[in-house]
Parts: sequence; C-alpha cells; structure tokens
Amino acid sequence: MDKSIAEAGNNGEKVRSDCYITLELTSEGGINTELISKVEALYGDSILILCKDMFRFFGIENARLKVEDKGALPFVLAARIEAAIKSLITTTKEYLFEMYEEYRYSTARDRPRMTRLYLPGNTPSLMINAGIHTPNGIILDLEDAVGVNKKTEARYLVRNALRSVDFMGAERMVRINQLPLGFEDLDFIIPHNVNLILLPKCENAGQIHQLNEKINELKKLAGVTNPVWIMPIIENAMGVMKALEIAQAAENVVAMCIGLEDYTADIGAKRTNGANESFFARCQVLNACKAARIQAIDSVFSDIGDMEELKENVLRSKAMGFEGMGCIHPRQIKVIYENFSPDETEIKTAERIVIAFEEATKKGLGVVSLGTKMIDAPVVKKARQTIDLAIRMGKLDSNWMELI
Amino acid sequence: MSINDKFIINAAGRKVPVEVNGLAVIPFRGVGKFIPNGNKQAPRIPSCVEYPSDGNKLVPSLKESLLQAGLKNGMTLSTHHHFRNGDLIANQVFDLASEMGIKDLVWFPSASFECNVYLIKYLEDGTIHHIEGSMNGSLGRFTSQGNMKGMGILRSHGGRYQSVQDGEVHIDIAIIAAPCADMFGNANGTNGPAACGSLGFALVDSEYASKVIVVTDNLVPFPCVPWQIQGNHVDYVVQVDQVGIPEKIVSGTTEITKSPDRLFLAELTARFCEASGILRDGFSFQSGSGGVSLAVSAYFREIMVKKGIKARFARGGSNKYLVSMLEEGLIDYIIDGQTFDLEGVRSMRENSNHVWSSPFTSYNYHSKGNFASLVDVVILGATEIDINFNANVVTHSDGYLLHGIGGWQNCLFSKTVILTVPLFRDRIPVIKDEVTTLCGPGELIDVVVTERGIAINPLRTDLIEITKDSGLPVFTINELKELAEKICGKPSLPKFTDTPVAVVKWVDGTVIDTIWQVEK
Repeated sequence: MDKSIAEAGNNGEKVRSDCYITLELTSEGGINTELISKVEALYGDSILILCKDMFRFFGIENARLKVEDKGALPFVLAARIEAAIKSLITTTKEYLFEMYEEYRYSTARDRPRMTRLYLPGNTPSLMINAGIHTPNGIILDLEDAVGVNKKTEARYLVRNALRSVDFMGAERMVRINQLPLGFEDLDFIIPHNVNLILLPKCENAGQIHQLNEKINELKKLAGVTNPVWIMPIIENAMGVMKALEIAQAAENVVAMCIGLEDYTADIGAKRTNGANESFFARCQVLNACKAARIQAIDSVFSDIGDMEELKENVLRSKAMGFEGMGCIHPRQIKVIYENFSPDETEIKTAERIVIAFEEATKKGLGVVSLGTKMIDAPVVKKARQTIDLAIRMGKLDSNWMELI
Repeated sequence: MSINDKFIINAAGRKVPVEVNGLAVIPFRGVGKFIPNGNKQAPRIPSCVEYPSDGNKLVPSLKESLLQAGLKNGMTLSTHHHFRNGDLIANQVFDLASEMGIKDLVWFPSASFECNVYLIKYLEDGTIHHIEGSMNGSLGRFTSQGNMKGMGILRSHGGRYQSVQDGEVHIDIAIIAAPCADMFGNANGTNGPAACGSLGFALVDSEYASKVIVVTDNLVPFPCVPWQIQGNHVDYVVQVDQVGIPEKIVSGTTEITKSPDRLFLAELTARFCEASGILRDGFSFQSGSGGVSLAVSAYFREIMVKKGIKARFARGGSNKYLVSMLEEGLIDYIIDGQTFDLEGVRSMRENSNHVWSSPFTSYNYHSKGNFASLVDVVILGATEIDINFNANVVTHSDGYLLHGIGGWQNCLFSKTVILTVPLFRDRIPVIKDEVTTLCGPGELIDVVVTERGIAINPLRTDLIEITKDSGLPVFTINELKELAEKICGKPSLPKFTDTPVAVVKWVDGTVIDTIWQVEK
C-alpha cells in the first residue's frame, strides 16, 4: 500500500468513550506512542500495554502512534487501532478479545421482537449501556447510521462490541449494508455470535438466498452452531410487491419489517403520522408475514420527542396485527412495550383461560372449556404468553394466581 | 497511633495532619463520638448607640466599607454562593484588598464556583493565603497541584456553621451580597433582579462576624421584608450597580436529564424507594441538584399520583419540579436551603408553605437537633464509593480536588441515604476497593443505586429483607465493583506526594481525611 498515515475513531468536544487514532508507519526508530487521555492516571499504563501488544501482534516494528482518548473501553481502543493498522497493511490476522461464555447465547425463532433498539455502529458510547434499557433486541447498525467514510472502521467496532459488550439478554442483531456491500460486513459478525441479521432494502428472495449462502459458508468456517436469523427490511415498492416470496425465502427468515422513510421516498409520497400513504404497503407486508408464519414488525417512529404520537402509532400498529417496532432512542422502548403489551381486557381473558385449563387438568379432564367456548392447546399457549408478557411489563403480579 | 509528629491515623483509618495552617486540629473519632464542652463563641458586644439612630448604615462604596471595617493582613473574609456562577461580589472584594496591598487573607466562602477561578491570581500573589470552604473546578486543580500557600479546609454547609459557632473559624468581615436590602441592613434573596431565593448560607456570618457588610443592587426603603438577614447584625450597607448575573444564578442543572441512562438510574432509584416502603403517605425526601436528582423527583411524582400519597415535606434545593408538586398538593411544605431556578424563587416569595431555611436549622452540629435527620430518604451523588460503602464527593479518582462537600455530609444523617451513581464514568469505575478521599463513612450510607444494579449496606437488614422479592436487581457491593472492573479494567491508583494540600472536615469539626498533592 502506498498510504503511510491512517486515522480512525472519533474526536471532538462531545465525544465520549471513544478515541481517535493517528498512525504513521515509519521505516526506523521503533514505536513511538503519544497518549493524551482523560483517564491517563488510572489507565495510561494499560493503554500503552495494549498498543504495544497490538503492534507485536501485527508485526509492526516502526511507527508513530497518537492516541487521543476520551475514556474508551479496551474493546474500542483495540477496534480503532486495528482499523488504522489495517488501512496501512494487508493481513488476515484479527486482534480479538476473549469472548465471555455468557455472551454466547442463542435465540429462539419465535422469541418476542417487540422492541429493537437501533444503535449507530460507530458510536461506542451508546452501545455500552444499551442493555440496561432491556429492549428485546439491540441492533448495531452498519448501514444508514454510519457515514460512508466510516464504514470500514465501524466493522471493527461492531465486531469487538459483539465480543465485549454485555447485551444483557437482548437478541444480538446487526443491520448490514445493502447488498452487495453488506456481504463484506458478514466476515465481521458471523463468527462473533450475531443472533440476527437485518437486511435493508430487500427486494426479492434471491437476495436472501445469496445472503444465506455466504452466512453458511462463514458459519462453517468459524464453527458457528447457533442459528443466525434473518429479518429483511422492506423499503421500496419492489420489496412490497415481492413481500410474500421474501417472507418465505428461507427457514431462517423469522420476521420481516417495513421501513417507511425509504418506502415513502421510493413511491414519491410524504410520510405522515396518519400513514395513509403506506397503508397498502403495511397491509401487504403484514399479510405476507402472517401467511409465512413469521413476525410482522412495523417501521420506526422518527420523532424521539413526541411520546404521545408514538403511543398512537403503536396502538394503530398493534391493531393492524404488527408485533413490534424498531426504536431509535431508548426512551421509546417503554412506550412501545407498554402499548404493544396486552391491555386489561386481554390480561383478564388470558387469566380465565389459564385458570380453566389448570382446573381441568387437576380434575383430569381431557377437554377444557370456558363458558360455552372450547379451549385448545394453542389458545392456552397464547394465553400463557399474554400472562408472561403482562408480568414482564409489570402489568400483572407474578403471584397473580394466588391473588385472585 | 502517631506516625510521626505531623500526622496521625484517625478512627476511620486515614492519615491526617495534627496541625493545619499552624493550628491544632482534632482527628476524626467516629460518627457521633466528638462532643466538645464549653460555650459557643460570641462576637463583641455592640451597642445601638454606636450606630446611626436614623438607621442609615449606607457607605458610598465597597472599598469604603472594607476600610471602615478595618481590613488588614491575615483577616478572614467570608462571601456566599447564593448567586452561584453569577456572583460578582467575591471577586471584587479581593480586587479591592489587592489594590489596598493587603496580604495573607483567608477566604471563607460558603462555596466556590467556576467564576471564582479569577481569584487564582490572588492565591498566587499572596493576597489570599488559603481557602476554607470549597475548591471547585480549576481552584481544586490549583490546590491539588500544591499551588496554594496554606492548606485548604473543606467543610460541609453544616460544618461551616459549626466551625463558626465553636470558634474554629472567626470571621473578621462578612460580605453578604443581597438581591434586596434596606439602608438598615435588612436583606432578603427573594426580590430584585438578582433574586436567588434564600440567603440562609450567610446567616451564621451575620450573627458571628466582627463586621458585616451588606451589598445590594436593589436598595428599597425601610423595611425590606422578609428580613432573612436582620439589619440588627449589620454594620454597613453598600449599593452597587449589580450584585449578580441573573442568568448565571440559576444553575445549569435545572432541567431533567435527557440522558436515557441517567433517566433509567433515576427510575430505578424511585422504584427502590417504592419497593422498600419509603414512599408512604406523609413521608419526606430530599434530592440534590443535578439532572438525575430532578428526574428522581419526577418519578416520585408518578408513583405518588399512582398510589394517591402525599409527602409532608421535601427539602430543597428547590426547582420547578418540586414547586409544581407543592402546587399540585403532592407535598405540604418545601423547606428550602437554596433555590435552583426562578420558579423556585417565585414560589418562595409567594407561597407560605415554601419555607426558607439555613444550615442552622437543617445541618448544624451544634444546634439542638437539626432537620437533616428527620428526612425519610435523601438521594445524593458521589464521585466514588468503596466496598465498605465509604464515599467521596470532593476528589476524582485521578486524585484531583474538584468539588465541595455542600450539604452532602449533613444529609447522611437522613433515615435512608441513597447514593445514585453510574457504575462507571466513561472508563472510570465509581465503585472501587477504597475511596481516594473519605468524605462520608460507610456506616451512614444505606443504598447504592447504579444503572446495573443496587447494593444495600449489610447493616440495613430491614431494607435487604423488604426488597428481597421485589424483582429489583440487588447485588452485593463487591459484585458491583467486580462488574465495573470487568467492563473498565482494574484502574491504577493515582500518585501523590507526601504533602497535604487540604483536609476534609467531618460535620463535627474533626479531620476525616487529607487531600494530598498530586504527583506531576
């Protein structure tokens, strides 16, 4: 490569938990590291040790390195340094931190995906505590939330975040770039226990097949046994028209979602809160999902200041049959949870069903009925899900049965 | 347990000097263990015949008042932080002292703010010998680098009252900047362009200082009511163009935080208070300034409305959120030491249930009881907490002095003390093996709430029991410490020299810890 100076990371007054790396490969004089860190008194030594170790790992003997650190955690520092190194040298080596066993969980195909929090893939400060807000899924976004010139370094950060950040039980999701660029993202996520991949601007089943081909190849290479689910995002007219074939494209497509910002732009309409302009698209996507027995997920709501309108939006979405929404701010999670989750009447009905079932079982009755209605297994299952959800939402006491 | 002649290990196990600025000090003996004998200090007996019978104590300028008050080398001058970062008077006092060639003054503010960084030049040229009060921001950095001539002394708001009453500090001249005053010296903080609420922090100064100067930009004809400062204590009144910059008087922390992580922290704190039964009808609470504390009040409000309960009183610093709760009838009284925004000032002026208070009523060790211990729950912050629940509010983990104590130590006497802190700031763990500086003994700290979990002091078996099945994320403090280190890595310790640069007083006037010069 003819480039000799590389930069990576973010700098600026408001930047936190990140760092900015300037690296120059030199031909002599060994390694010179300049560290400017707000945590120097506490972590200066450990940062310098990390730098040294990375240079040794990548076989670099002469370089000038400047680290401007705003309290970056080790996985961030390492991602930034590796991104800088790899824009100067070609190597297949990867500098990876040990991944905690407790981050290696897999997820079920039908787990709730009511709330999924989008996080920009190149902003570490937002990733570190995302789990505390307990969304069903956390999406590290490599697509729209990352600037064109930051795409490469974001991949290292997302990879390291998947290994080092505690998602606290949330489904570990990554939104890759639109294909074909998105194929390159897979190397950075498949071996690091990503649970679900969001494929943006999906237009046909062929793309899902291509994606799966690459996923399977990488899974095999890395010995990954956990499932990797796919959630296509329908964001244009072509995708809407092909919604069913996309929903049915593969066994690992577990949910499909609609992205209305891009969709309305594609059809030349203005996006409104009432969303009449996308009514057909939402119905089409929703019905494709239901027909394919996968989860139907609605678009994000983009005004993070307007919780009232978000609530209205959620209620409309739930009434249509959608099962979740994306969140672009942690504050939206609670509103979406609360309004997607079962209301009083739904909870009461579920309680009655479960109690009737328990009593019938106790009495050894094979047939369960409630009033004049027969209750079969899926109804009980659904009722139990409603109850579980209500308890998780704080809408029902966990001892509800004793309290009745 | 003498280490050598100069230092001793106190009851908290901290190495402290036996002498500060040439005066002997008493090492910390344990909470509630130090009970001095004797009488309170008293100022000289004044007689009304020494003062103008028409009550007119106006002098033409601040300089003139300092001259008449007999300003000379080595005196102790006090000012107050009612105007917070908008104060215009403290800096002027030392400009004049410097102009007059005065040296070695002791500055005894109730708190310092970033606007007082201006005074560094007077610390450098010897006009000011040292500060007793708080050394915030750049003043703290200056002190930690060992640049102050004398040793700094940090006291709580209550400790400031105590130190004056028991004679540890004698104020030679108190300069009280007031938003409203009359020629007799009656003054208040509720009226005028620089209205700030209460003047409670200046109360002790007005009662005990040798000379008292009231400075105002809003001179009203007698009587100035209410008289938070009684003119009967005042020697001189000075009229100036401006005492404070109004927009800087209201602090920057008057809005509820928008940070989702901090909101989460506040909500978790409120949920803990609900689950532990602290939020019951007739309860009382105090939460400090700062975005998280304001958010705690907002979450309290939600719970109170939901449960249909009221608080008997809330302790300020007040702000618009507390005021709206007062006006909605969710709180019967606000007892307010300082007011953080203009809504608070308005409420104090208009609502007789919004009562101004002082460190005498709220915090003072030498009062016959004080309000702090009557409060059911107080929510405070900290820079560091250790695995024995000891906490630090004055230095950061890098060893630099950056904050004052404020009312923090005094509030630890509340029935339940909750410290609400992030588990780590950027990369710096807040919960660690040992605090850099001890400000509050762990036996007084009941609960630590972080965004990743709650730790309850093992001494509070009642709280542990009652929240056992609450579904709240309760851990041991050690588990929280380990979690912080798992995320951040184990921090190195800051390096200090053997030179003490300041001491931290406990509420009773004993020395609880030392702040050491940071090694360059």
